[in-house]
Formats: sequence, C-alpha cells, structure tokens
Amino acid sequence: MDLKEKLVSSFLAFENSIDIDAYAHDVRSDAIKIFEEKGFPSKKEEAWKYTSLNSILKEDYSVFPKQENALEYPQVKKYFIHDIDTYKIIFIDGKYSSHLSQTTHDGIDVCLMSAALSKPKYQLIIENYFNKAAEKDSLSSLNTAFSSEGAYIHIPKNKIVEKPIQIIHFSTGNESATMLQPRNLIVVDENSHVQIIERHQSLTSNPVLTNSVTEVFANKRAIVDYYKIQNDNENASLIDHTFVKQSRESFASVHTFSFGGKLIRNNLNFYQNGERIDSTLKGITIIGEKQHVDHNTLVHHIEPNCESHQDYKGIFDDRSTGVFNGKVVVEKEAQKTNAFQANNNILISDKASINTKPQLEIFADDVKCSHGCTIGQLDESAMFYMRSRGIPEKEAKALLMFAFSNNVLESVKIPELKQRITKIIANKLGVNIGFDL
Amino acid sequence: MLKINNLHANIEDKSILKGINLEVKPGEVHAIMGPNGSGKSTLASVIAGKEEYEVTEGNIVFEGEDIEELAAEERAHKGVFLSFQYPVEIPGVSVTNFMKTAINESRKAKGLEDMPAKDMLKLIREKSELLEIDRKFLSRSLNEGFSGGEKKRNEIFQMAMLEPKLAILDETDSGLDIDALRIVANGVNKLKSKDNAVVVITHYQRLLDHIVPDYVHVLYNGKIVKSGSKELAHELEEKGYDWIKEEVNA
Repeated sequence: MDLKEKLVSSFLAFENSIDIDAYAHDVRSDAIKIFEEKGFPSKKEEAWKYTSLNSILKEDYSVFPKQENALEYPQVKKYFIHDIDTYKIIFIDGKYSSHLSQTTHDGIDVCLMSAALSKPKYQLIIENYFNKAAEKDSLSSLNTAFSSEGAYIHIPKNKIVEKPIQIIHFSTGNESATMLQPRNLIVVDENSHVQIIERHQSLTSNPVLTNSVTEVFANKRAIVDYYKIQNDNENASLIDHTFVKQSRESFASVHTFSFGGKLIRNNLNFYQNGERIDSTLKGITIIGEKQHVDHNTLVHHIEPNCESHQDYKGIFDDRSTGVFNGKVVVEKEAQKTNAFQANNNILISDKASINTKPQLEIFADDVKCSHGCTIGQLDESAMFYMRSRGIPEKEAKALLMFAFSNNVLESVKIPELKQRITKIIANKLGVNIGFDL
Repeated sequence: MLKINNLHANIEDKSILKGINLEVKPGEVHAIMGPNGSGKSTLASVIAGKEEYEVTEGNIVFEGEDIEELAAEERAHKGVFLSFQYPVEIPGVSVTNFMKTAINESRKAKGLEDMPAKDMLKLIREKSELLEIDRKFLSRSLNEGFSGGEKKRNEIFQMAMLEPKLAILDETDSGLDIDALRIVANGVNKLKSKDNAVVVITHYQRLLDHIVPDYVHVLYNGKIVKSGSKELAHELEEKGYDWIKEEVNA
C-alpha cells in the first residue's frame, strides 16, 4: 500500500478515534476528499518543478503515534532557547508533553489545538479562523484532514506578550519511520504583540516526514514575529505551510533559518486584507551534502498603501540544491504598494545548484515593486584581503558568509535567538570565532 | 629581515616579475617607484601571498625562512603586512569585528589566548586616536562607502593594530588629500622602530617627503633597474621615468 492509500484508508479510523466538534469534523472530511483527489504533488506541477518528493514518500511511515514517549529536559535542553523565560508548547512524536511545556490561560491562551478543537469555549474562534487562511492544495488539505494536535495561541486585544512562545516538535524514532502532521492556529487580536519560535527536531536517524500547517491571523495593528529554526538531521524532512492573514496596519514577519534536514519545503503565504500593512519574509539557508531546501513564497497585495519585504540568502555547498520561487501579486486596487524582493545565493561548490524565480503579477499602475536575484561565488579579493590580515581561509570564508547573511540576522528581535542562530551557523561552518555581527 | 632573490612571477602564464633582488633590513625604509605596469603592485601581492600569482623562479626569505610556499595568513602571522592600493569593501563586517578577528586569529596561531575584551578596546582606542579616526567609523562596515582617504587611513589603522615587522604600503598616497596624507604618514612614522621595516610603493615622490626612505629603487618591466638614496626620488619627480626607460633600453 502506498502512502496515499494508507493515509486515505486511515482517515476514518482516525476520525472516530478523536473528540472534535461538528464544525471541525466537516472541515476535515472535505479536506480528505481534496487530498484523495489530488494526491501528492509531482514535478509535473509548476510549483513542484524543482522539488521531488519521491525519495521521501517511499518510506513506510507510521501515521499515528502508537506509544507515548517521555523525554527528560536535560536530554533536549540544547534545542530550547533556554536563557530567557518563555512559554513552551512541546510535542513528542506528535503528542503533547505537559512535562516539558509551559502553557497559560492567564489573559491569553497559549495551549493546545486538541483542546481548542474539542472544547465549547473555543468554538467561536475555531469557526471564525480554523482553516480560513490555509490553501486547499493537496498537502495542506492532508494536514487539515488529520489535524488534531499542535499549538493554539490566542492573544486578545491590547496585550503585549513579553515572553516569546516556543513550539518544538521532537521525534524520538520509536517507529522505524514516522509521519507527523502538526497544526497550529495563532490569532492575534487588535494592538497585541507576540513572538513565536518554532522548531522541529528529530532525535534519531529514523526517517521523519513532517507535514505542518500553521495559520496566523494578525488583526488590526497587531505585531507578530515568527521564527522558524530548521536545523534537523539528515533523515528528517519537513514540508511547512504557513499562511499569514493580516488586517489593516498590522505587522507580521516570518524568518526561516534552514540549516539542516534531508528535504525542506517552505510554502509561505501572506495575504494583506487592509491598508498600511507591513509583511516581512526573510530567510537564511546554509546547506551542504545532498540536502535540498525550497522556499516558495507568495505575498498577495489586495488593498492600497501596503508594503512587503522579502530577503532570502542562500549558501550551498557540496551537492546541495536550493529553490526560491517568490510570487508577488498586486491587485488593481492595491495602489501605492511597495513590494521588495531579493534572493541572493552563493554556491561554494560547483556541484551545488539553485533555481531562483521571481514571479510578479502586477495589476495596479502606481506601485513600487523591485526584485533581484543573484548567484555568485565567494569574493576572492575579499578572501585575500582578510587572509593578508591573518584570518585563516576557513574563518575568512565564514566571516564572509556571516556578512552575506547579516541583514537577515539583524532583523531578529530576540537577542538570545540571534545569538543562538549565530552559534548554529558558526558550528555549521566549523569555526569558533566570537562573531558579534 | 626580507631578502628577495631573483624572483620571477607569472599570472596566467604572463610573466610580470623577471628577476627581482631586494634586501630590507630592520629599521630601514625602502621606496619602490616606477611607471605604471612595471610590476610594483604585483611585487607587493607576491610578498603578501596572493595565490593567483605563481612564483616560477627565485625565492622570498623573511626572517631567515623561505615564505613563498606559505599561505597569506601564515605570512601575516609572521609579521608581513600589506596596505592595499584598493582596500576591499566587506559589507556586514564592522571595522572593529574585523580587527578583533584578525588579532585573535594571529594570537591563536601563536598559541595565545584571545585578547581580553578590555585590552582590545584600549588598543583600538589608542590606535584610532593615532590615525585620528572617529569612534563611529569603527562600527561601520569595513571599507563600505568609505572615501579614498578613509580607506587608506583604515589600512594604516590596521597596520597599527597588528604591529607587523614588515609593512608594504602599496600606493598608499593615491586618493589622499594633503591632510589625509599627513595623518597617514604621521601614523606610519610613529609606528617605525629599529626593529621593523617599511617598503613604500609609490608612483610619486610626494609621500616620500613625509615618510623619508633610506633607499629608493626603480622598478621597470619586472626588474629593479636602478637603486639609490632619497635623492633619486627627487630626480624622478623632476625628470619623469623616460630617462630610466631610455637607459634600460639602450
């Protein structure tokens, strides 16, 4: 039985096994039909032209976690941002770990999707927001059909959430291969601010496939900063779908740091429903070996006087491959839009490759839209300059790569997170220099 | 300190240096002059270890050791410094971070611990005052958007920080107005001691009024064709290089 059949035939059993309200049940039943009809995307589809899922779909994944696993905090502490106080929503093999988590209902809701989908007090939010931003493509639909667990965050109006919220999914490899489908819903009401850090981490070399969907709603004048750390091991793959729906005068940013994993696909969509909205999409990708990272972004400018800023940097070594497909749509009504997009890449090895494609569809006539992509090598004259000052080749290379990615790092608003990312990069580049760029 | 014997160097099979002999002793200042395209900058780059150049004959001995097989950073660790004619812009790396990294990497190579932050700051303050460099300047990206004068001053600031045994100043006077020239020359003179040496590469005599050489060499067509005292520089300033070319070609 292939994975598609396995998933479709598991659906009914799944639906009977969990406690959900009628609305969610209908949404899920519709979603499985879409998946059944469309199946997994293939390279024949334009959006998947440069990313093949074949190599990861052939595993015999267990699609439901069978047993619960405990992890002790010291074992996994290094995956947390632990030097600051945070809320934590932690999952082990798809199951919530109350032991590692720190949730709250004190004025804000930082808790679980499973609770939100089953308890009457969340019903209104679920009916207003659940699956209202997600696209109806096959993989998002697959996630919707199986959505039962993940992070549920609701920040009512006029709340500035001081502590960042960490969402971490661990997989322990207790099955020979595991498929996870986390589903997050984040609703930030008027004038409220929140910062979220998300990470997926496999703890063994058993294959893991995560098909994750996150819906973010930034209501009027809300500020939402979302950070994704993708530094998983070589047998873990991630297909991430993040849909951000913004209302007027809101600010939302997503930073994606892709440093590890077998295959990573990021579908990141922003929808601007209102005036004077600011959307920021940034990423740093540093990969090697045979890793593959694909960024597929969409910014949909619907109303006037809005901005979007996209800045993606990629550094590719060995036989690694990258894809950047950045689509910007500016509707006819969206006059005075300012849309900026940049994708800069460095190929360290001549076996590495990147496919980069800006896609602009502009229907308004009074807009500023810019895009640029570059593919280059490390600047030899800069290398000699640094080496002539006593900085060895490896460190000089690393310093150049840091400098290259610096304007993405610079906009990270949590200093401890910035430090952590810097450290991960330094480890990855095999250098030990105290950069504080 | 530096002894160059019959040095030949190529870039992509094009022969640039065709038998250079030069000896520099501690405490000395040497000037290397010559018309455009004579190989002055190539000589500087070859001594500093630029990999694009291939040494085909001869050798470079620094402090008794053959260095032409060493990497640029290893030469730097031994005390060779090149002030670039065109300092490279490195966006995203601040002057301070660059210097910290350079100093600590040199210390690491010598088996020393990183310099304590407090000492580093003190050193930076001291040396930036010497070059009349504004503190704000130090947090800017290295050479990015610097004026010609700022770039050159920054080169000499780096020299002051690294305290090399041998400093090669490649056309450090180009692009400098008279005030910047004075500051740069003053900086170099203050760093001079009986234990270190300076090689000034220049097209014009003007810098040599400020950094007074013990010896002047004329490089032409990949060879040193004439050597003399500082008066030779004045003669070149007056008469240009044509008489040298005629002498050589005769």
